[in-house]
Amino acid sequence: MIDKLKKLIAFYEEVLSLPHRTEIARELREEEDVFLLLLFSEMVGIPNPTYYYTLELYPYMIEKFHDWHLRMGMEKSPLSGIRCC
Amino acid sequence: MSAIVVALLGFVVFFLGYRYYAKFIAEKIYKLDPNYVTPAHQYNDGVDFVPTNKFVLWGHHFTSVAGAAPILGPAIALYWGWLPAFLWVILGTVFAAGVHDFGTLVLSVRHKGQSVGTIADRLIGRSGKLLFLFIILILVLMVNAVFAWVIANLFISFPSSVFPVLLQIPLAIMIGYMVYKRKTKMLVPSLVVLAIMYIAAIASAQFEFLQIDLVKYMGGEEGDGLFGLGAVSTAFFIWIVFLMIYSYFASTLPVWKLLQPRDFINSHQLVVGLTILYLGLFFTNPELTAPVVNENPDRSWLPLLFITVACGAISGFHGLVSSGTSAKQLDKETDARFVGYFGAVGEGLLALISILTVATFFANTDAFFSTYASYNDANASGLNTFVEGASVLAGGIGIPSTVAVTIVSIIVVSFAATTLDTSVRLMRYIISELGTEYKIPTLSKTHVATSIAVLSSAALVLLPEGPRGFGSGGYLIWPLFGTSNQLLAGISLMLISIWLKRLGRNYAFTLIPMIFLIFMTMYAMFEQVFFQWAAWGTNTNMLLFVLGAIIFVFALWIAMTAFRMLTKKYDDPIDQNKAM
Repeated sequence: MIDKLKKLIAFYEEVLSLPHRTEIARELREEEDVFLLLLFSEMVGIPNPTYYYTLELYPYMIEKFHDWHLRMGMEKSPLSGIRCC
Repeated sequence: MSAIVVALLGFVVFFLGYRYYAKFIAEKIYKLDPNYVTPAHQYNDGVDFVPTNKFVLWGHHFTSVAGAAPILGPAIALYWGWLPAFLWVILGTVFAAGVHDFGTLVLSVRHKGQSVGTIADRLIGRSGKLLFLFIILILVLMVNAVFAWVIANLFISFPSSVFPVLLQIPLAIMIGYMVYKRKTKMLVPSLVVLAIMYIAAIASAQFEFLQIDLVKYMGGEEGDGLFGLGAVSTAFFIWIVFLMIYSYFASTLPVWKLLQPRDFINSHQLVVGLTILYLGLFFTNPELTAPVVNENPDRSWLPLLFITVACGAISGFHGLVSSGTSAKQLDKETDARFVGYFGAVGEGLLALISILTVATFFANTDAFFSTYASYNDANASGLNTFVEGASVLAGGIGIPSTVAVTIVSIIVVSFAATTLDTSVRLMRYIISELGTEYKIPTLSKTHVATSIAVLSSAALVLLPEGPRGFGSGGYLIWPLFGTSNQLLAGISLMLISIWLKRLGRNYAFTLIPMIFLIFMTMYAMFEQVFFQWAAWGTNTNMLLFVLGAIIFVFALWIAMTAFRMLTKKYDDPIDQNKAM
C-alpha cells in the first residue's frame, strides 16, 4: 500500500517536473553553446587570445561538438578544423 | 433530474468513446505502429525530444490544455439549457476533439515532431503558415485583453482572492530559485505554497482588513476614482495596469524564475478543483434547476452553441500543444491514443463539471432565467455564477461558503493568469517570427516584441469602451475568439484528412468533424459579419466587421483549399514511413 502511494507520488512529481526539466535543460544547453563558442571562436573567425589554451580542451569537447552540429541540422561537421565524423 | 445521473452518463459516453471509438481510430485509421521510431527516439536531445512515460506525458498534456476557457464557454452556453451544452461537450469531445487532438499528435509524430503550423506551410504553402500566424496573433491578442479583464473583474467581485494570489508571486520566485539553484525537489515546496495560499484565502475570507478591495477604498461603487473615472472604473484601470506590468515581467524573465514555479503550483489547483467539484457533486446530489432546453432564446443556438463552447469540446489550441511539445516526447506511437484522445477527455470532464456546477446552482428555473435572461446576460454573468455555484458544491464536503468562494475564485484567477502569461509570451514569439519573416529585425528583439504585445493588449483593453464598461475593450473583439479558435481546429483536421487521403486511408472520420466545424464557423461568421456588424446590420461595429470579414475570407479560402486538396487525385499513395 505504502509502495503504491510512493509510486503515485513519484508519478505526480514527474508530471509536475516534466516541463520544468525541459526548460532547465534548454538553458543549460544554451550556456554550453556559448561556452563552446568561446572555446572555438577562432575557428569561426573571431580572434581569441587564449585560443592556444582552449585548444587543449579539444579532445574533451569533440563529442559535444558532434552533438551540437547534429542538433543544428548539419550532418557533417561544418568546421574544417574539427573533423568529428 | 439528478446531476449525478448526468455526470455518470457523461462518464459512460467518455469511457465508451475512449474504449471503442478511439481504439478503432487508432487501429484502422491512424494505424499506430508500436515499432515506429518516434521523433523522441530519433532526435533525442535530452531537451525537447525526450521519450516520456505515457502517463506522465498525459498529465503534462492535460495540464497544458486545461485552463479557464473550458469553464467559461460551457457556463455561458447553458443559456440554451443544459441539454444542448451537455450533448455538444460529450459528443464533441468523443467525435471531434478526441480525433483532432489525437490526430494532430500522430500527424506531428509522422512529420519529425513538427508543429501543425510548419506542416501547413509544407502542405499548403507559405500562405498557410502566415494564415496560422495571423489567426494565432488575433487569438492571443483577444486572450490577453479579455483575460486581463476577467482577472480584474474577479479581483473586484471577490476581493478576498487578491491577497492569496499576490502572495503566490514572491513564493513562486522563491521556489524557482530553490529548484533551479539549490536543486531541491519541487513537489513538497509547491504543495507548501499551495497550503499557504489556501490558509491566506481562509484568513482573508474571515478578516476584512486582508481583503484588497480597491472599490471600497475609494468610497464604494458610488465613490470617485482617479482621472474623473468612477471607483469601479478606477479599480479596473489599476488592476489592468498591474496585470500588464506583471505580464511584461512574466514573459521576459527566464521561465524558471516565475512562470514555471507558478505553473507547477497552479497545476495542483486543477487536481484540487476537479476533486472538490466532483466530490461535492457526489456528496450533495443536487438537482438540475437549469431548464433542459431554453425554449425562447433571443439568439439561436445554431450555430452559436458550437462557437461558445470552444475549448470544452474542440479547440485549435490543443492542436498547437499536441504538435508543439507532446509529439516530441511520445515514447511509442501507440501511446498517442492515450495522450491525445484521453487528454481531450480530461478537458471534456472539466467542461462537464462546469455545466453541472452552473446548472445546479439556481434554486429553481425562474431564478435561472432572472440571471440568464438574455444571451448577453449569460455572457456577463457566466463566470461569476460558476464561482458561486462551485462554492455551493464545495460546501457539500464541508468547506464554508465564504472560504469556498475565495478558493474557487483563486483557482479561476490562477488558470486565467497562467493563460495570460503564456499568451503574452506566445504573442511575443509570433511578433518576433513575423519580424523575421518580413525582414524587420527590430521586431525580433525581446523587449521590443514584448512591449508591442503588452502595449497593444493594454490599448485594446483600455482605449475603446467595451460592452461591459471601462476596461472591457477586449470584449469588443471577443466574439471572434470562438470562430478563430474553431477555424484553427478546422485547419488541423483538414491537414490530417489530406495526409490520410494521401496515405490511401479512409479519411471520413476526420473529414466529417472538419466539415461540421468549418461549416458552423462560416455560418456563425457570415451571420455575425453581414447581418450584425456590417453598416446595414442590427448591431453595427466596424472593428468587428473588418476583422470578422478577414477571418471569414480566410475560412472561405481554407474551405476551398480543403475541397481542392481532397478532391485531387493522388495516383501514388505516399509511404507512411516517409515524412512529407
